[in-house]
Amino acid sequence: MAFCLTKAKKLIYNHLKSKMGSLGIINHGNWTHPVSFSHPIPQNLKKPDTFFTNNTTLFASRRFESIIAGKHLDSLRNVFDEIEVLNFPGGKVKFTSEMKFLSESPEERIHCYRVLDDNGQPTVHSNSVQIGEEVAVKMYNDMVTLQLMDSIFYEAQRQGRISFYLTTIGEEAINIASAAALNIDDLIFPQYREAGVLLWRGFSLQEFANQCFGNRDDNGKGRQMPIHYGSKKHNYFTVASTVATQISHAVGAAYALKMDGRDACTVTYFGDGGTSTGDFHAALNFAAVMEAPVIFFCRNNGWAISTPVSDQFRSDGIVVRGQAYGVRSIRVDGNDALAIFSAIQAARRMAIGESRPVLIEALTYRAGHHSTSDDSTKYRPVHEIEWWRVARDPVSRFKKWIESNGWWSDEAEFELRSSVRKQLLHAIQVAEKVEKPAIAEIFTDVYDVPPANLCEQETLLRETIKRHPQDYPSHFQFPL
Amino acid sequence: MWGIIRQRVGPGGFPVPILEQSMHRLRPAVSALRSYSSTAKEVTVRDALNSALDEEMSADPRVFLMGEEVGEYQGAYKISKGLLEKYGPERVVDTPITEAGFTGIGVGAAYYGLRPVVEFMTFNFSMQAIDHIINSAAKSNYMSAGQINVPIVFRGPNGAAAGVGAQHSQCYAAWYGSCPGLKVLVPYSSEDARGLLKAAIRDPDPVVFLENELLYGESFPVSSEALDSSFCLPIGKAKIEREGKDITITAFSKMVGYALKAAEILAKEGISAEVINLRSIRPLDRDTINASVRKTNRLVTVEEGFPQHGVGAEICTSVVEESFGYLDAPVERIAGADVPMPYAANLERMAVPQIEDIVRAAKRACYRSVAIAATA
Repeated sequence: MAFCLTKAKKLIYNHLKSKMGSLGIINHGNWTHPVSFSHPIPQNLKKPDTFFTNNTTLFASRRFESIIAGKHLDSLRNVFDEIEVLNFPGGKVKFTSEMKFLSESPEERIHCYRVLDDNGQPTVHSNSVQIGEEVAVKMYNDMVTLQLMDSIFYEAQRQGRISFYLTTIGEEAINIASAAALNIDDLIFPQYREAGVLLWRGFSLQEFANQCFGNRDDNGKGRQMPIHYGSKKHNYFTVASTVATQISHAVGAAYALKMDGRDACTVTYFGDGGTSTGDFHAALNFAAVMEAPVIFFCRNNGWAISTPVSDQFRSDGIVVRGQAYGVRSIRVDGNDALAIFSAIQAARRMAIGESRPVLIEALTYRAGHHSTSDDSTKYRPVHEIEWWRVARDPVSRFKKWIESNGWWSDEAEFELRSSVRKQLLHAIQVAEKVEKPAIAEIFTDVYDVPPANLCEQETLLRETIKRHPQDYPSHFQFPL
Repeated sequence: MWGIIRQRVGPGGFPVPILEQSMHRLRPAVSALRSYSSTAKEVTVRDALNSALDEEMSADPRVFLMGEEVGEYQGAYKISKGLLEKYGPERVVDTPITEAGFTGIGVGAAYYGLRPVVEFMTFNFSMQAIDHIINSAAKSNYMSAGQINVPIVFRGPNGAAAGVGAQHSQCYAAWYGSCPGLKVLVPYSSEDARGLLKAAIRDPDPVVFLENELLYGESFPVSSEALDSSFCLPIGKAKIEREGKDITITAFSKMVGYALKAAEILAKEGISAEVINLRSIRPLDRDTINASVRKTNRLVTVEEGFPQHGVGAEICTSVVEESFGYLDAPVERIAGADVPMPYAANLERMAVPQIEDIVRAAKRACYRSVAIAATA
């Protein structure tokens, strides 16, 4: 399509032009210190869009030089023998006469940063951040609460009291430790397995229960399925069912934060499966170009429902993709709360201070089923699940660490678990009894102001209910 | 002629006097002048859109423009000419080629509180981003129970241009028009373009703003009131471009021009057509449409897009639901051919409604079809 060809050509010109202007980006070094004319071009390099810098002419004229590069090449050919470096659009590149393909996988997989060993003891030489008792104990408390909330709400679904639930089992460290290392001003763009981040920020157990039951007290007004939490107050953007769409949202919001000059970043979570989407690609690419202060947190838990990572991608996990986009990245042990805490804190400093995106890949294991609609024993061995759940449990690992510091005891453990359990059961009982949202809420929030047609429909609906009360028997289910 | 006289036969049983009929012929000439105030300036739709963007960006620092070629290239159709120079690269953002990507990013910025104007080079490319438009933008306010509103505008050319083939010619009015949470606007004239774009940018809800490439270069007289920077048109109000008594023709975007020309041809044959410029697909101004049909008793809907589940279908249903008793003839629906747009000029011409099609439809609705197959 002629249309698109023009588009492509213009894009090249724009790309060149943009390097000079704008966002103050990209090393001008390429243009200010050009290769001198003593470097000729081999014959086989006569391409119309490659060109040489031979002097510090204005950028604009360099752009036009590219069109007439052909002529340049002819005149230079006879004069020089060899060229070592060529200035392509995108910067200088060294030549090599050895034809070598980059291997599809590195010799050794990228190393995984961890602070605590499997017994909860700090490894030597760890440059981790020091966490005080108060924060550590709160972290542990929240990890246990999250674990208990998951098991009790999961049971509630099995009992038919809520329609759906999704656990974070095995990823409690990811949830709580990452939240603990952030500020309340940092905007969270979750996928759906990050309820712990909201818990850390102060969302109450009752509020969680209200959303799952979709009752009148739900701050989501009963609009969404369970686990689709959202709270503007806590800077936690409402969970959407669409996979990985939140990644590009996070970049847009980060850009906005940068324009505002705020001391805050955005953090977006997604799984290994989410990285296959187009949104992941565009978001990382864009974030690098726009220099947006965003932390991309990938929970590589090995499974996308029943799809193991070996069917999801063939790269060395997600961390290697960072460099492909020009994004700084790190791989951490996702079951090590301290490693996550350190990595997030450092990433946050880089993201805001240097105005750049950072990618963190946390290796972990989805110890629970994908959701209540899934039975993962159908596609993976039970012993594997059990091993990860018990031997690699991030909660007990962290517990060992705080115990060894003298910050925790068995009594405290018992006290915590029984108290939280009680609160959770109470929250469910209360949430179950609260009325459903008023029927007016069917029609609000579609737009900023309800339009005429929806107001009419609401009136019609109320009349219908009044006229046929036998069809709408329970005031509980249809509160006016 | 007979059909009209039959319609007009009142209680007295006498036909309408000739004088009144010729008065109706004079009327169109007057309304065609679109008499605003005496100081009417000729402005192209392109300049109208450019000035609207400029003024809104100047008035609100949260407004920013984003899309392919909007900056350095001055806009694929030069709509954003001069804006990069004036506002800088932070507010006029040239994006990589990923509609899904930059739409998602625009929505994210809107979540935060900025007011992005996302440009699609044509709305055909918006299909790459439609998940973000519908699921991330349109539904967000509802799904988040009012916590996340998305004051974003998606704009760009929509519908057929000239000789650009199937993947560059589809009309998306019906698709976006069916989605709750979105507002969908379809400007025709320069005044529409200015007023509606300003309204869209100021609106707290996501707005899909469907322009037309072939209208960009057309000039329309614009009143001094419309040139003022505070000028704004209400969303959801259609405009009666030409008043008439015998038949209602609804149209939007480029087809308004065709409908007006068809009305002139019809007037010469004694049919007084009322042309409604919809301006807004969602919310659809059902009141204006129904009031008009109750007056004229006949309806022709005109659109460029595919016929099935189109805008005309919705208008027809609205009239059947609200004004069934007032209809004297079945509703006539003029739409694009039910084929992907062909390229060859002769085929393309036959795949898009032409003025003659509208005239013939109006006559059919007035029981005026010519029995012999001849030109209108």
